[in-house]
This record gives sequence, structure tokens and C-alpha cells, in this order.
Amino acid sequence: MKILVCIANVPDTTAKINFTPDNKEFVSTGVTFILNPYDEIALSKAVDLTAGGGSVTVINIGDASTEPTIRKALAIGASDAVRVNAKPRDGYFVAKQIAEYVKKNSFDLILCGRESSDSNGSSVPAMVAELLDIPCILFAKSLSIEGTTATLEQEIEGGKEILSAPLPLVAGASEGMAEWKIPNMRGIMSARTKPLSVIEPVDVPQYTQVQSFDKPVPRSSVKLIAAEDAGKLFDIIREEKKVI
Amino acid sequence: MSVLVFIENVQGKFKKSTFEVISFAAAIAQKQNLPLVALSIGNVSDDELAKAGKYGAGKVLKASGAQLDSMNVQPYATVIAQAAKAENAKIVVMSASFSGKGIAPRVAIKLDAGLADNVIDLPKMDGGFIVKKGAFSGKAFAFVDITSDVKVISMIPNSYKVVESAASPAISTFDAQLSPRDLVVTIKDVKRSTDKVSLPDAELVVSAGRGMKGPENWGMIEELANVLGAATACSKPVSDAGWRPHSEHVGQTGIAISPNLYIAIGISGAIQHLAGVSSSKVIVVVNKDPEAPFFKAADYGIVGDAFEVVPKLIEAAKAFKAGQN
Repeated sequence: MKILVCIANVPDTTAKINFTPDNKEFVSTGVTFILNPYDEIALSKAVDLTAGGGSVTVINIGDASTEPTIRKALAIGASDAVRVNAKPRDGYFVAKQIAEYVKKNSFDLILCGRESSDSNGSSVPAMVAELLDIPCILFAKSLSIEGTTATLEQEIEGGKEILSAPLPLVAGASEGMAEWKIPNMRGIMSARTKPLSVIEPVDVPQYTQVQSFDKPVPRSSVKLIAAEDAGKLFDIIREEKKVI
Repeated sequence: MSVLVFIENVQGKFKKSTFEVISFAAAIAQKQNLPLVALSIGNVSDDELAKAGKYGAGKVLKASGAQLDSMNVQPYATVIAQAAKAENAKIVVMSASFSGKGIAPRVAIKLDAGLADNVIDLPKMDGGFIVKKGAFSGKAFAFVDITSDVKVISMIPNSYKVVESAASPAISTFDAQLSPRDLVVTIKDVKRSTDKVSLPDAELVVSAGRGMKGPENWGMIEELANVLGAATACSKPVSDAGWRPHSEHVGQTGIAISPNLYIAIGISGAIQHLAGVSSSKVIVVVNKDPEAPFFKAADYGIVGDAFEVVPKLIEAAKAFKAGQN
């Protein structure tokens, strides 16, 4: 089985997010970048699925600064990697690059994280699927494959559903789909020599443009209620905030 | 030209988040001076459809049929795109629910439209079409200009008010053409917990962390949530330890929520957790450690042991609810 895993290079989950004084750009100085946590679940699943044979290719849309993250994916167990040499402008741009790559190199399964923890949200997996006219199961909690059919459990409004879909398909990985894998020394050593090819992006029309960023207004200082007065909480909230 | 809003049902009923998204789309349509068309897909009674008509739509379309009985992303996206073309919709609006997040990107591709997902406020429409959306997992917002002719936006539940209007629009049938490619996914089984409030669109959320010491102590959390009519949630260490299901995990790598009231019990408030809950309107933190970082991000704080404070909250919630009725 040939699997493609789409990976994003995102600020560490503990990173404080700051912008330039004009709020136009994210300040990456001093920020550690990591493999997007959901993508790491997707990659771990791909490695599990190919334990008995097959290959896992990772694809990233980014400039050369994302290569440490790509090497980490190779250390976790991907066979080879492709970097599309461009800044990931928006979800549509990223999806187009991935879909173009898949059209030239067929895959049985395309795995993504269900969302990326930077500014691109969760639009890429379903866009890739639509561009390829195949299904996308975006909130997959489990995935098993028998022959050319996949069975998936997906989170839905107020519950879950079990789906069956033919390969190829796109699945978005949620927590629970696989255990996170920690790269071992052999993986780290071999990652240095695994193939990482760099390709140039295809042209994509630009439909969205980030104008500026903003941060949530910090809350005014906390109002403390003594533990013995806890019973007054709901009346206080109704009186002062009118949300209940 | 028009604005089209997809009105999602769950088992034939519309939820409050549907009325929010219609109200939101109606405000956009009014500003753009365009009529609003609401599109329902699936098996919904005319009585229920009439309810959806009260929030500003000039016309309600219903698409139904055996192939559309259950929510299924591909056929639903096809129906929405066809209705958008038939109504010459310039703006297509839907909820950023689980279903909407799967559907909106496909509709955008089908319509060659720009997409903004996770929108949390009315777009600025004086020259340009600038939406405010969540970014960096709730740690920031991005203002995004959608420059394409046709635009698709999905709105985060609980981020717009429900506005009723007097209209009672006509309901008409919309016939969509599905292709076999739309119907390759089979839904084998659906399990819904009908007695529980769903987390992403809950107005009130009671959440607990490692301070609860073990899964056996969740009874009081569930009781408090039950009395309040709230959804239950948890922190990442709790779901990682298997005390609670992953579907309850709120935070940067879990679900992002924006309820009216978020009560966090025994959660210290790591930055990843705050990212997922910072758009809650009011945050209450109960923690026995006065130095817990969460107090800095809270509106109300109770320094105390959860096992003493929560029973008091349950009694208070019962009295509060009794007072409301």
C-alpha cells in the first residue's frame, strides 16, 4: 500500500503567538516549530498500516526552514519526503499542490491531520479530496483497511458514525486513531539519508489574503469568590454578566 | 444574485446553531442588498422548515430523497453547489459544525470560490469582504479578505446572536442531480447520545482536569452539568489517561469551544488548554492552587478543593434552576 501523509510545520503548542507591530505578520523569531500534532497521529497511523509492506511518503508545502520537521517525519518512519518549495499561502494553495502531486504519483490513501494549529484551519483535507473527486473522512477516530475498502469511525454532531469507503480516499486523523510514535536512534540516523526531493509549486489563483492578525483581549483581572460562598456563583454571574 | 445559507438538521430537527447561522447570513444579505435563500437537505418536515423561515430567509429550498436521508459530505456538497448555481449565489454560508467543516471546502472547490472557515464575526463589507476567523488554535484571530467573485464561509457555533423576523417564506423543492461518484461512502451505523448536550455548540460547559484525581470522581462533574443543562469536557491529561473519551478533550489539540459559560474544575490552565477555551464569554476556574495559571485567564475564581466546592455548586445550580422556572 502506498500512503501519502500531508504534514505542516507549525509553532510549538506551548509557543506564545506574537505579531509585528503593524499586526501584518507572525513573528517566528524565538519560536520552535514542530510537526503539527494531528499530522503526527496521521503519520503514526501510516507507519502502522505499512508495517507489513508498502511505503509512506510525506509531503510538506514550505520553504527550506521546514526541513527539520520533514526529517523528524522521516525519523518516525516515513520512507521518503517531498517538499513543495513555497510558503503555504492559504488552504486552497496547499490543497492544490498536494492534489497535483497525487495526480502524478498515485496513492492508495492520503492521510492528513484533521486541522493544522497555525492559520490554515481544517480546509486542506476536504479540498484535496474534492480536487481528486474522492471521499474525505475529516474527523476519523479509527481507520482499518481490508482489500480496497476502508472502514472508519468518525465524530459527528452529538455522537459518532461508522463509515465504509473505497480506496483511494483522504482521511483526517483525530486523537485516538494511532498512538504517537517517538523516533528511535535508528530512525533518526536513517532519516538523514532518506530521499527528500524538492519540487516547485504549481500556479494557483489567490482567493483569500490575510490582512492582519489580532489577539484576544486579555480578561480584566479575576474576581475571587471565597470557597464558602461558592453557592452564590450563579447569581453573581447572572447579575454581572447576564450569560445565564 | 443571492446569499445562500445551508441549514443543517440533526435527525430532522434544527438546532439553535442553525438559527444563528441563518441570522448571520441574513445580516450579510441585508448589507449586500441581496435576497437570502435557505437550503435544507434531508428529511425535514414542513413544520420544522417553517421554523427556519423565521430568521430572515426570503425563500426556503428543500432537497430530499433516499440518498440524502443521512448527512453524507459528498452528496450534500453537490446539492449545495448546485443550489448556489441555480440561485446565482455570490456568498454561501454554513455552520462550522463537524459536517460543515467537511462540506464547506468541497463547495468552495466546486464553485471556484474563496473559502474562509471558522468565521466568528460579521464580515466587514465596506470595500472588500473581510472576515474575522480563529487562527493559531484560538491563540489569535486573522482578518482575511476574500477576493473571489463567489465566497464560501463557515461560522463557528455560538458566535452570532439569533435574530427573529416576521417573515414566513414559501417552501419549495429543489431537485439536485447526484452522480455515482458522490455516493461511494456508505454509512454503516450512527450512534448518538441523545441525553447529552453536544460539546461544540453547547452554551454552558463544565470541564474538569487532573484535580479530580481519578475517573471514579466524575459523577459530581456530570451531575453539575446535568443540573445546568451543560456539556461535559476535560483537559488533555485526562483524556490521555483514558479517564474520559478523547471527544471531550478541549484545547489546542482537541475541540475549540466558545460557550457563554465555561467552568473549569481542577484544571491548571496550560497555554494549550487556554487556546481552546479562550473565546468562552465567561470563564470560572475552581482550583485549590491559588497560583494556578488559569486564574489569570478567568473572570471568576474560586480557590478551594473541588471535592468541597463542586457539591456546593450543584446545590446552588439546583436552586438557581428552580428560581428560573
